[in-house]
Amino acid sequence: MLPELGHFALILAMLLAALQGFFGIAGPALGRDRWTAAVTPAVAGQFVMLATSVGCLIASFVDNDFSVLYIAENSNSALPLFYRVTAMWGAHEGSLLLWVFLLGCWTVAVAIGVSRLPHRFAARVLGVLGVVSFGFLLFMLVTSNPFVRLDPPAPDGRDLNPILQDPALAIHPPILYTGYVGFAVAFAFACAAMLEGRMDQMWARWTRPWTTAAWAFLSVGIALGSWWAYYELGWGGYWFWDPVENASFMPWLVGTALIHSLAVTDKRGLFKSWTLLLSILAFSLSLLGTFLVRSGVLVSVHSFAADPTRGIFILVFLCVMIGGALTLYAWRAPLLKSNAGFDLGARESFLLFNNILLVIAAATVLGGTLAPLISDTLGLGTLSVGTPYFNPTFMLSMLPLMALLSVGVHANWKRGRLSDSRRTLLITFIVAAVTAVILVYGVYSNGKVLSPVAATLGVWIILASLVDPIDRIRRKLTLSRSVIGMTVAHFGLGMFVISVTTVESFTIERDVALGPGQQTTLGNYEFRFQGVRAIEGPNYNGVEGTVVVTRHGVPTAVVYPQKRSYWVQHQVTTEASIEMHHGSNVFVALGDELGANKWSVRFQIRPLVNFLWLGAFIMALGGAIAATDRRYRLANKEAAAEGATLPGVAG
Amino acid sequence: MSKFLIPLGAFVLLAIVLAVGIKHSPEKGIIASPLLGKPAPAFTTTLLNDPGKTFDSAEFKGRWTLFNVWGTWCFECRNEHQALLDIAKRGEVRLVGLDWKDEDPTATDWIRQLGNPFDVIPTDHEGRIAIDWGVYGAPESFLVNPEGVVVHKFVGPLSLEAWQAEFLPLINKKS
Repeated sequence: MLPELGHFALILAMLLAALQGFFGIAGPALGRDRWTAAVTPAVAGQFVMLATSVGCLIASFVDNDFSVLYIAENSNSALPLFYRVTAMWGAHEGSLLLWVFLLGCWTVAVAIGVSRLPHRFAARVLGVLGVVSFGFLLFMLVTSNPFVRLDPPAPDGRDLNPILQDPALAIHPPILYTGYVGFAVAFAFACAAMLEGRMDQMWARWTRPWTTAAWAFLSVGIALGSWWAYYELGWGGYWFWDPVENASFMPWLVGTALIHSLAVTDKRGLFKSWTLLLSILAFSLSLLGTFLVRSGVLVSVHSFAADPTRGIFILVFLCVMIGGALTLYAWRAPLLKSNAGFDLGARESFLLFNNILLVIAAATVLGGTLAPLISDTLGLGTLSVGTPYFNPTFMLSMLPLMALLSVGVHANWKRGRLSDSRRTLLITFIVAAVTAVILVYGVYSNGKVLSPVAATLGVWIILASLVDPIDRIRRKLTLSRSVIGMTVAHFGLGMFVISVTTVESFTIERDVALGPGQQTTLGNYEFRFQGVRAIEGPNYNGVEGTVVVTRHGVPTAVVYPQKRSYWVQHQVTTEASIEMHHGSNVFVALGDELGANKWSVRFQIRPLVNFLWLGAFIMALGGAIAATDRRYRLANKEAAAEGATLPGVAG
Repeated sequence: MSKFLIPLGAFVLLAIVLAVGIKHSPEKGIIASPLLGKPAPAFTTTLLNDPGKTFDSAEFKGRWTLFNVWGTWCFECRNEHQALLDIAKRGEVRLVGLDWKDEDPTATDWIRQLGNPFDVIPTDHEGRIAIDWGVYGAPESFLVNPEGVVVHKFVGPLSLEAWQAEFLPLINKKS
């Protein structure tokens, strides 16, 4: 009964989304205020239906209702309760439902947020969101319905993919999707502005908090995924330039460019058409990511269920949404004029370079990800590119960006000359360079050519981002949340850069075959293997090794790396054991049994690797702080006040 | 005006690339087997319904055989089962169903409930035989000719249409 209720709610949600889209776009266009007024009730109704649908699916998972195909394929009666809930988004159908549900959550938040804005504009924003939601709901109901019954019911389920049975990965999709979907809000604001044919600085101020919030969620989502890959996949890497990873990284890069260009549009009324384009691109890349991941045109280690008919549907949807928005852009953007100018040394030009470099970075990632498809289209056979392509090309745009950041944060709006902050620049740069040289050649042994350069840039970003806020505090001036958020985010970026540098330069690793009682040395650490013992979990069994770690003979830690074999899917997973020590991660993973009681064991020492994820979380925290700035709430109030004075618009 | 059309133009190019990608993806989905044109990998194993007896790959010789890899834990196998029963009824080939990484009692129940399309059911409890055959996931089907050579591989649930379109022409051409 529950699955049918959920299915029915999903159909109603689709109909309400269609109404929301139609009234939201047609109402203001035809000047029918009654239609416009119907948008908000449609938003509320759609949200209730989506919540019902999600509730029904989760309840069916908890109930172990294996008469539902999706549940039979992704759950098992031995699966712990927590994973039975998170299994809802463990595969294609359920994660789409989650995607649409989160879009519903954003839409409700937007509906509340825009209630004070001019009501035709607000209706258009909600209308565009309704169209997006309708597309996804139609896609679900036609090709990927999670409520399809299985007859006869399965006696038990096939279990959730064991590598997904992990706390970090269980919460990774909701957070990542919240970010992905959040860019739909900026997209809707952009489309609404283009439909209106008007865009001003207030528009940017309304759009900023939503975009920054979505960006913060996406940052956390990507960081969680990377962290999971590090300890669960057993390879000890944090980023693989895999198509699925790239799919989430491209919107992030463009989204980062967008939050910076929005700042320029808000403060100075410049970059208007460019900001609109970025708003469209950020969400388009989210949709493209969905296409690449779900259609099966690219083979990935993540290997989701792939299906060409789904691919065709998403492609048509992409053409309607992105093609439509870009056509609107080609028509409306030429009408937007910015008259203000700025100096070469002004903050505007640094942010322009920031945007160009970030978009170039996103384009190189897109090029690399699509390389197999492009070469196939041109008839050159399937060519795929990997880390040897991505690492250098990505650095090519990132290193200048980092350097420009440290200089640009001191620049003033409109009229800026580098000579104004020459002293600060020189001092922070020298301090950064000295710190970097000490770090690279003193703490760790000599690294690669780029190590001191990258380390200098990382330290410089941290110093540069702190100078102005500290100066303001000293002069007893107030700091807005925007400025605090920006400082925190740049500080996090600096940590991230330093961490990537040390990890890429100074990681040491070794794979050895060890029997009980045998020992090996890596860096300053000694590892004694004590053998393995059998273990049993709720839905798996396996072995657990014991390794005693010492540093120059001083006991440091005892670690227990595991190798699990999940019963239902016959899949083996590696649970690496990771210890933090002296800022380094000591990573021990159990490999294969080599016979004669010997095991292959992988040891890695990765200096400062935790800073990588910590840096990413701090960046996101900065975004969260900036998104709650008072000015944005004031902007809404002002709009309400203005609206009240115009006859016929209020109400 | 023109520079504002650039993004749309770029998107059109991208859409063409993606469309070609979709058109080609079904071909890419089939992982070409290095076994094609080679003798079937040798194995000897016990039978599901009669553990006293064994099946040897030498028995492939002499008739056309559809070698199907399945398991009760595999959902697509359930979808495929009716097609296998239909193919068995047509009597064009012998069906050998390798029960892959399975428990004998569950597999016996499954066959009793859903019907038995197979002439013989060898078992592969450890999954070793499937590795030799290069099986990525169940179900997979192989066509073995009377000389004991693998001539076709099919990934995913088999259907009667696929049987008529992909397998029958090979049998009719060569016999």
